[in-house]
Amino acid sequence: MDPVGAVLETVGLTKFFGMVRAAEDLSLRFQEGELVGIVGPNGSGKTTLLNMITGYVKPDRGRIRFQGKDITGLLPRAVADLGIARSFQMPQLYLSLSVLENLVLALAIRAGRARGFWTPLVRVDRLDDARRILVQFGLEEHASHDAGQLPEGARKLLDVALSFARRPRILLMDEPTSGVSARDKSKVMDTLVPVLKGTGVTTIFVEHDMEVVERYAERVLAFDEGKVVASGSPDAVLADPAVRRALLGRP
Amino acid sequence: MAIALAGLALFLVVPPFLPEWITFLLTLAWAKALAVLGIVLLLRGGLLTFGHALYYAVGAYTAGFAVKFLGVHDGLVVLVLAVVTGAAASALLGLLLARYRGMHFGLLNLAFSMVLYAILLKFYAVTGGTDGLRLPTPLLAGVKPAAAHLRLTIYYVTVVLTALLLYVAYRFTASPLGYTLRAVRDNEVRVEYMGASVRQAIYCSYIVAGVLASVGGVLAGFSVGHIVPEVSFWTQSGEFVFVALLGGTGSVLAPVAGSIVFEFVRNYAFKYSPYTWQMTLGLVLLIIIFFLPGGLWSLTGMVRRWIR
Repeated sequence: MDPVGAVLETVGLTKFFGMVRAAEDLSLRFQEGELVGIVGPNGSGKTTLLNMITGYVKPDRGRIRFQGKDITGLLPRAVADLGIARSFQMPQLYLSLSVLENLVLALAIRAGRARGFWTPLVRVDRLDDARRILVQFGLEEHASHDAGQLPEGARKLLDVALSFARRPRILLMDEPTSGVSARDKSKVMDTLVPVLKGTGVTTIFVEHDMEVVERYAERVLAFDEGKVVASGSPDAVLADPAVRRALLGRP
Repeated sequence: MAIALAGLALFLVVPPFLPEWITFLLTLAWAKALAVLGIVLLLRGGLLTFGHALYYAVGAYTAGFAVKFLGVHDGLVVLVLAVVTGAAASALLGLLLARYRGMHFGLLNLAFSMVLYAILLKFYAVTGGTDGLRLPTPLLAGVKPAAAHLRLTIYYVTVVLTALLLYVAYRFTASPLGYTLRAVRDNEVRVEYMGASVRQAIYCSYIVAGVLASVGGVLAGFSVGHIVPEVSFWTQSGEFVFVALLGGTGSVLAPVAGSIVFEFVRNYAFKYSPYTWQMTLGLVLLIIIFFLPGGLWSLTGMVRRWIR
């Protein structure tokens, strides 16, 4: 088994929820810095893959390796500390904190200060870092707003920004444009992709919108019933009849 | 901060000119505010405990036992002991309780506090049972306070110590751990995914809350001069929750405001309607919930907006 070249690798990953097959013998390799899109119908195991990689769901069988290290069965917290972050289909924010506080807290936790109970959370250096990230994500106008008051597009961006603030080696995004109006989808992706490519983070994103996948993914994996039915360049995968049948219900 | 210090100055300057019974009520209010503060800190993490009098009682009986069995008469030594016992008790029970949320957390706390109540009640030889324990006038760093100024001395010790602990609590709320606790209330999943431990945040906060209540128990015990098992009874916990809602959770100063208002409302309610004073308190709480859901402290926000 050669870990060189693949930053993240799954070997024979299998997961059943009762009779439902969410993953069966998934052996995937992800290269450093690539931007991979995952498509597939509802229930095909896309989110389960993210949940297994991040330690939220334990696979029935199979291993997950990150930089050659076996991370199968670690807690989400431990996986996060190793450098794998994720964002969520439904943004998971601290709704009663301001956008800036959300980010500053993320930075403090990354710095290992989650248990500090004396020095203030909000410090000049953390504020500067947080503001820089807000600018990158186009959220600076919302800095002082409560996260609960944000429009949907901004919530999605902040959700990714919180994960990005951990400076992960791998970022998993679960439907970064779901719930965003058709007009704003490309705005969200046009903000995200340059930032992510600029840092060289390996990004894997689950997406339902074919146009988004086609435009932004460098490589596409098509899932159906817990298996990869096609993989390759976006054009090739989305033109594959098996994929079209699974996703659109017609060849 | 400036307003808080000005308020503190007021509480330090005025009492010598007040009747003794008011000083006594204020002492009690400040002491109990510490237990309420513990509840407020946990509420910021979305945790409501119905048994916080447990730690208040741990503090009070630490004082009682220190005097009765250890012959410790110095109030400051007793306070240090109470910090230790309060931390030990909450660290022990916290191991279990930090796993629970919502109703289970609230009621398990209640259960533990009632277990302590039963122990205090039944182990007569040690605890004095329903008679309780007497707490004689404490020494302060080896000095016996003058009898003529006893009430005032205890008042000042209470106010200064409570003010110090309010500052500690303020630092706590502004710290990464304080924010993590708020983040836990908002979204536990996210906290774990960001690499912080939800259980650790709750556990540490629970110990802080326990220590605060324990110190409050000592201060209240010395100001009354006598402790009884009722300090651990569920109605005492209920009173703390009542005061926490009355004051609000918007600031570490809110418990003091709530506690002072509560002591005076109860005092007058009892004076003018000895048979229906609970009803008066209930009405006050109803009015607060309907018109000031953020507690009395939300009045300060209204004043601030009005000044602008």
